Amino acid sequence: MARGPVAIGAPFARWPGTAAAVLVLALTLGTLAAVLWRAGGVGWAAGDWQVVRFTILQAALSAALSVTLAIPVARALARRRFPGRGLLITLLGAPFILPVIVAVLGLLAIFGRGGLVNAGLGALGLPPLSIYGLHGVVLAHVFFNLPLAVRLILQGWAAIPAERFRLAASLGLPVGRLLERPMLRAVVPGAAMVIFLICLTSFAVALTLGGGPRATTVELAIYQALRFDFDLGRAALLAAVQFGLCALAALAVWGLAVPDRMGAGLDRVAERWDGAGRPERLADALAITLAALFLLAPLAMVVARGLPGLAELPPSVWRAAARSVVIALASAGLAVALALALALRGGVRATLAGALPLAASSLVLGTGLFLLLHPWVNPATLALPVTALVNAVMSLPFALRVLAPAVARIEAGHGRLADALGLTGWRRLRLVTLPRLRGPLGFAGGLAAALSIGDLGVIALFAGPQTETLPLAMYRLMGAYRMEAAAGAALLLLALALGLFWLMDRGGRGDAAA
Amino acid sequence: MLRLDGLRLAQGDFALAADLVVQGGATVAVMGPSGGGKSTLLSVIAGFLAPVAGRVLWGGADITALPPAARPVSILFQDNNLFPHLTIAQNIGLALRPALRLTAAEADRVEDVLVRVGLAGLGTRRPAALSGGQQSRAALARLLVAQKPLVLLDEPFAALGPALRAEMLDLCAQTLGGQGRTLLMVTHDPQDARRIASDVMAVEGGEVSAPAPTAQVLDHPPPGLRAYLGKE
Repeated sequence: MARGPVAIGAPFARWPGTAAAVLVLALTLGTLAAVLWRAGGVGWAAGDWQVVRFTILQAALSAALSVTLAIPVARALARRRFPGRGLLITLLGAPFILPVIVAVLGLLAIFGRGGLVNAGLGALGLPPLSIYGLHGVVLAHVFFNLPLAVRLILQGWAAIPAERFRLAASLGLPVGRLLERPMLRAVVPGAAMVIFLICLTSFAVALTLGGGPRATTVELAIYQALRFDFDLGRAALLAAVQFGLCALAALAVWGLAVPDRMGAGLDRVAERWDGAGRPERLADALAITLAALFLLAPLAMVVARGLPGLAELPPSVWRAAARSVVIALASAGLAVALALALALRGGVRATLAGALPLAASSLVLGTGLFLLLHPWVNPATLALPVTALVNAVMSLPFALRVLAPAVARIEAGHGRLADALGLTGWRRLRLVTLPRLRGPLGFAGGLAAALSIGDLGVIALFAGPQTETLPLAMYRLMGAYRMEAAAGAALLLLALALGLFWLMDRGGRGDAAA
Repeated sequence: MLRLDGLRLAQGDFALAADLVVQGGATVAVMGPSGGGKSTLLSVIAGFLAPVAGRVLWGGADITALPPAARPVSILFQDNNLFPHLTIAQNIGLALRPALRLTAAEADRVEDVLVRVGLAGLGTRRPAALSGGQQSRAALARLLVAQKPLVLLDEPFAALGPALRAEMLDLCAQTLGGQGRTLLMVTHDPQDARRIASDVMAVEGGEVSAPAPTAQVLDHPPPGLRAYLGKE
């Protein structure tokens, strides 16, 4: 029932959400303005067109490859039942919280110079492959986004009513042409566009596997402009270009149908009467096996190589790990608080503010904060708080995506009773909203903590030896070719990211008496 | 006394007019076809929906602009009448103190009312641990401690079986009616109306008719209501 315009006021005060939106606006666009202002003008280097071209090219290739490879995997998962299917689908959600640098190390162990693939090629007397450059960047992006594409497309399959398959079977109609192709035409462009958007702002992958004039993304160029040239004008202009690119891509996503990523129902297998032939069964088995191998082998290598490396970790890495946990917890708390304020306020402006960080450059965000704060505070003490704040803002869109629908569901289910009992503001929050929101709060907090602890971004610009985080320590170990220790750090980081997510998600689900 | 003064409601294409008086202490069945506007009418009286025109008066005071909780009105919805994460005692205590910090005397009142609705000893349970009928009793218990003179029942017992529903209606009539409260209850079943309602209000054809004695309305229904009721 629609609410009357007169009788009921808003159940929650609007100012916390407005304050959160203003803060996000200040931190994204305000920091960009600060960098521009300090630069006193913008500069465009000769190679920057090349950078923009490469950014779009790698994102387009990553998106196209991810969805193309995802289609057979999703079809196989949609029409086959086998032990471990549910676990595999759950695992497909894991790359989202996997630290990028850990995955890169795992991919290096398979596809790198001393990796398994090149060992095999060498045994056959073939020349080695290099993982560095465009194809390495795309490979890593496919590793991260193939699972996402599979989940998005699988939702398209799950959304086809089982009755349609039954009808098609009884009439002997071709399922592929009649049911699947129209669904794919509706779902695939949206999935590809989401992945394109994600890959546009890629930094850590480009930093580790790209580089050089021919494999530099915009965000990596911003890093180089800031770190090596301290060229604020160029960094600011590149950040503005990145905003523009992301805004265009986001508009395109808006115009396309994108299934809800958090949607349920993936566990269901519709009864199917097609695809019973031997070739189809073989193709499906092959698709699932290859995908699982591609996704799990690098992780298995991280574990296998990391275990002996754990003993070799210098004490500084353990200190970095402790620092990272503190940053992750602070950043998760802040991200969830901001997302909750925005979700309770609701409305288009809050939604837009919550999506803004998707287009922002975390490096420019951090740099802007430094420029704004350093007249008052010693920069050396700022590195960790700024990192926590930047990480919180960058994970805000994902936290909001979890909390906003949950808050709407609670209001739809219990809002009238709360109104009738006069529960508003803090009381409603304490007695109704927060208790009912425990699960989503835990999930959102877990996501934010995992994203934060694995982030290798702004900290790479400003960290001194006393303010290293675990991903940065690991990156520096890799740079120094101390691969044993780097593998140990990777395993530690992997365990911490998954552990934090698991603990928070679990904490939210505990006491599920309702 | 509840007075609906030149009340006009609208929601999209839907419109409903009401201009009538309900005597204090009456138990009135609100009947009519689905989609006729019975729930919408209750929503306006409870304050969840603002009318397009007209006033809602209780005892001569205009309550049209008051928020739901400030009205002399308690309402039971079709579902979601209890917060699933709060205990039964907490759910009832909300009517006494929205901050849920009850004094000893107030906690005693909650215990007393639990006994009166037949839920003695179940105050520490959560709603999910209770049967459907017990959940209805818990919701009724909250109305009893809330002490609001006008009670609206928007088919809260529709999901119960016939025997249980009759039992709940009797309990409502006995506890709420016994305190002289005014009861407006939406129902589809003429038997429910005959069971406890002194009057019937028909909501049909975009209009709410004034309450008239139950037997009279059900034995000689006006044309619109007759089509809805069919042959009894």
